[in-house]
Amino acid sequence: MLYSILASGLAVGAVYALIGITYNTMFATSRVMSFTAGQLGMLGGVLGSMFILRLGLPLIVGLGATLLACAAIGVLTEFVAVRPVLKSLDQHLYVLSTLAFALLIQQVTAIEWSTEPQPFPRLFGIGDGVWDEKYWLPVATCAATIIGLEYLYRRTLIGRAFLAVAEDNFAARALGLPERNLRIASYALAAVVGGLAGFSGGELLLAFFANGPQLNFYGFIPVALGGLGNNRGAVIGGLALGLFQQAANFAVGGIFASVAVFVMFIAILLAAPQGLFGSSAARRV
Amino acid sequence: MTMTRSKWMTALPYVLILAVLALLPLSGNEYRALIGTRAAIYWVLIAGLNLVVGYAGQLAIGYVALFALGAYTASILAAGNVLPEVSPALALLAASGVGAVFGVVVGLPALRLRTFYFAMTTLGFATIVTQVALGWQDVTGGGIGLSGPSLPAPFDTAWGLYGLCVGLAMIATLITANVAHSRFGRALIATRDAEVAAEASGISKPALLVSVFLFAGAAAGLAGGLFAALQTYITPDAFTFDLSLLFFISILIGGRGSILGPLLGTIILTLLPEIAAPLAAWSTFVYAGLLLVIVLAMPGGIAALLNRENRKALPTGRVILPQQAALRSLLGEARRKQRLDLSGIVLRFGGLRAIDGLDLSVEPGEVHGLIGPNGSGKTTTLNVISGYYKPQEGRLTLGDSPLPAGLPVGRAARGICRTFQTPRIIGEETVLENVMVGGTLAGRATFVEALLSLPRARADERLIRERAVLALKAVGLDGLGDIRADRLQHSELRFLEIARGLMLHPRLVLLDEPAAGLSTIEIERLGALIKAISREGVAVLLVEHHADLIFDVCDRVTVLNLGRVLAHGTPAEIRVHKEVVSAYLGA
Repeated sequence: MLYSILASGLAVGAVYALIGITYNTMFATSRVMSFTAGQLGMLGGVLGSMFILRLGLPLIVGLGATLLACAAIGVLTEFVAVRPVLKSLDQHLYVLSTLAFALLIQQVTAIEWSTEPQPFPRLFGIGDGVWDEKYWLPVATCAATIIGLEYLYRRTLIGRAFLAVAEDNFAARALGLPERNLRIASYALAAVVGGLAGFSGGELLLAFFANGPQLNFYGFIPVALGGLGNNRGAVIGGLALGLFQQAANFAVGGIFASVAVFVMFIAILLAAPQGLFGSSAARRV
Repeated sequence: MTMTRSKWMTALPYVLILAVLALLPLSGNEYRALIGTRAAIYWVLIAGLNLVVGYAGQLAIGYVALFALGAYTASILAAGNVLPEVSPALALLAASGVGAVFGVVVGLPALRLRTFYFAMTTLGFATIVTQVALGWQDVTGGGIGLSGPSLPAPFDTAWGLYGLCVGLAMIATLITANVAHSRFGRALIATRDAEVAAEASGISKPALLVSVFLFAGAAAGLAGGLFAALQTYITPDAFTFDLSLLFFISILIGGRGSILGPLLGTIILTLLPEIAAPLAAWSTFVYAGLLLVIVLAMPGGIAALLNRENRKALPTGRVILPQQAALRSLLGEARRKQRLDLSGIVLRFGGLRAIDGLDLSVEPGEVHGLIGPNGSGKTTTLNVISGYYKPQEGRLTLGDSPLPAGLPVGRAARGICRTFQTPRIIGEETVLENVMVGGTLAGRATFVEALLSLPRARADERLIRERAVLALKAVGLDGLGDIRADRLQHSELRFLEIARGLMLHPRLVLLDEPAAGLSTIEIERLGALIKAISREGVAVLLVEHHADLIFDVCDRVTVLNLGRVLAHGTPAEIRVHKEVVSAYLGA
């Protein structure tokens, strides 16, 4: 029992962590928390199932097509829902514009795909029991994503440019960095991470249009726990959330597990508003 | 004459809506009764939510959860499947109570955190309530659902229930309008658009938001209970996120800070699926598309389209002419005079000592100038005095009592007011309303009294309005009271901030570069105004770069450099002080 809680907890936790990283990646270059993060996770599952099961494409091609489509959605988000409201960040219009765009995505999926959960293909057919691929795939994907992002941010020029824009937008522009293109690229990158979350967790969460809002909420908790923009915090927060949720699931049952998660979320927000690993607020006067 | 006419114009749309609602039963079509009842129920919720979204600017996107909670509470209590059966009226009351409690619980993060967090908690709460409704089968009936409360006669017929709901919707309109036009409504808008100025006026955002969340939650719970009675049978499917969107978008279509706009929005969105039946499957898509279009294309909503006042031309050739007589009657009855003392203040940001052992005192009735090069700690000192920064060492006292460090909200009640380097103004409100925000603390009536517009609340309103008119005269902005503040020019905004501060009947006025951006003649008038304020027994601390103004109006001057006092004395002494001349004034 303990092992299956651990396995499923780490697996969903890894998916939440990846969604958290999706939020963070978009936030870093635009200071916008986008409601499309969860929808990208949902699309990872739905598109994966569509390309591989429905259209019968091979795994690699299906994965590539899924991620490409997600990246396109990410870029579209930047154009439609983010750029027009960047001028007035303090009015929080982005909450509304990204929410609206996220709902458009969800509704089109519901109508064009299905309103019922659809099966997701078994990708490799490796392992069973607690070592089933549906449990370790998200964890492995999360680890690979973290390593990949660390490499990008530390070793490549474009990664350093991302960091520069995230650190100080104005200074980066003064240095001649193409801030707008970097922002578009970061939305594409975030969308790929979100798509990977849904794809790797597809066998667990299935290809279901209503996964979006769930992932939005559960993927935001690691961000709130770990502090805005802090990827390591998001991974720790995500895994902790997954384990807590599965343990609560086992202890008090499915419905009250979500109540427990919600109560914990509010309690932590009130106790540590900046998150457990976050830094303090900006200057106001 | 014009006053009564404009009042009549304001009331006209409501009268028209009410007339249509009153004539509807004549049609005898019960389906219309159903639609009308539904719109009225939605409005009961949206009227409350409007204070949260439209006035306080909190993005509560998941209010369907409170609606569902109210519906289930009323149904479960009326059915008596858990607790002993209660009467439908009591069940509705309980629904309202449960809504109020959870309204606050969901709102808790909004008291301290950024807007996005609140949007998320309401969204999370909405998903959870649906899951619990589905899963907790013994109580909620799970996916099968349970029957709603059946109301006693005369409310057990379609038109009876219609009458009840329309009546409640009217009450909801009236009491939210009462709040909106009270000091609480202005304070809500102030926390939305100028949070720092709201704090400086003594408005405590958490206390204010808790009252509003309680009220909006109660309205949502009651609406849910009525909805259960209307549906006669409820399942979790009835409370999808679409409904939440409808509530939310009604307000945005209507426009922020308006009652009529969201009311029209509610009517339009409730009727929309009836008119465009083939769109039913795409309703969420349509709502989401509408939301995107509103946000990008018309953030002001219907209210902005209806507001003709704003498009009138402003008088040209305006001059700012402060009136000393008005100032005298505004600050007339003397408050006990108190002296401000700072001793040994040290404020570090990491390794930087922004203020490094500062001693400073400002006497009642004096204008004390604080000058120095950029980065010498002038504004930082003001921020320490007004509580935005908490110094690591040192003591602050006003009169005989210490000033608690780092608590900006308490400053206004002690008679400390301030202006800001960039004026903090509520652009969407009129000039008079902006000044009235400064008088928030003068009100005695509670939130509930304001809801019901009881005599004490009306007396508050009169008093605050009278004083605001006087304050506008005192700073020389009379005649501009009805104009939206964002249409004024920059120099006028600086005087507007002073007027807002004077509403506190201050003991100590902190001015942060009030002359920046003013013309020479305006600076002269500002100087006379500052001097006149101090002569009423008020202590004035003036941070300024215009040397002429400083030397004209100050009784004493302190010069800062690198967070320390470089010199202090009378203007004449400072003007010839060797180090000051070389460090700051120049030869």
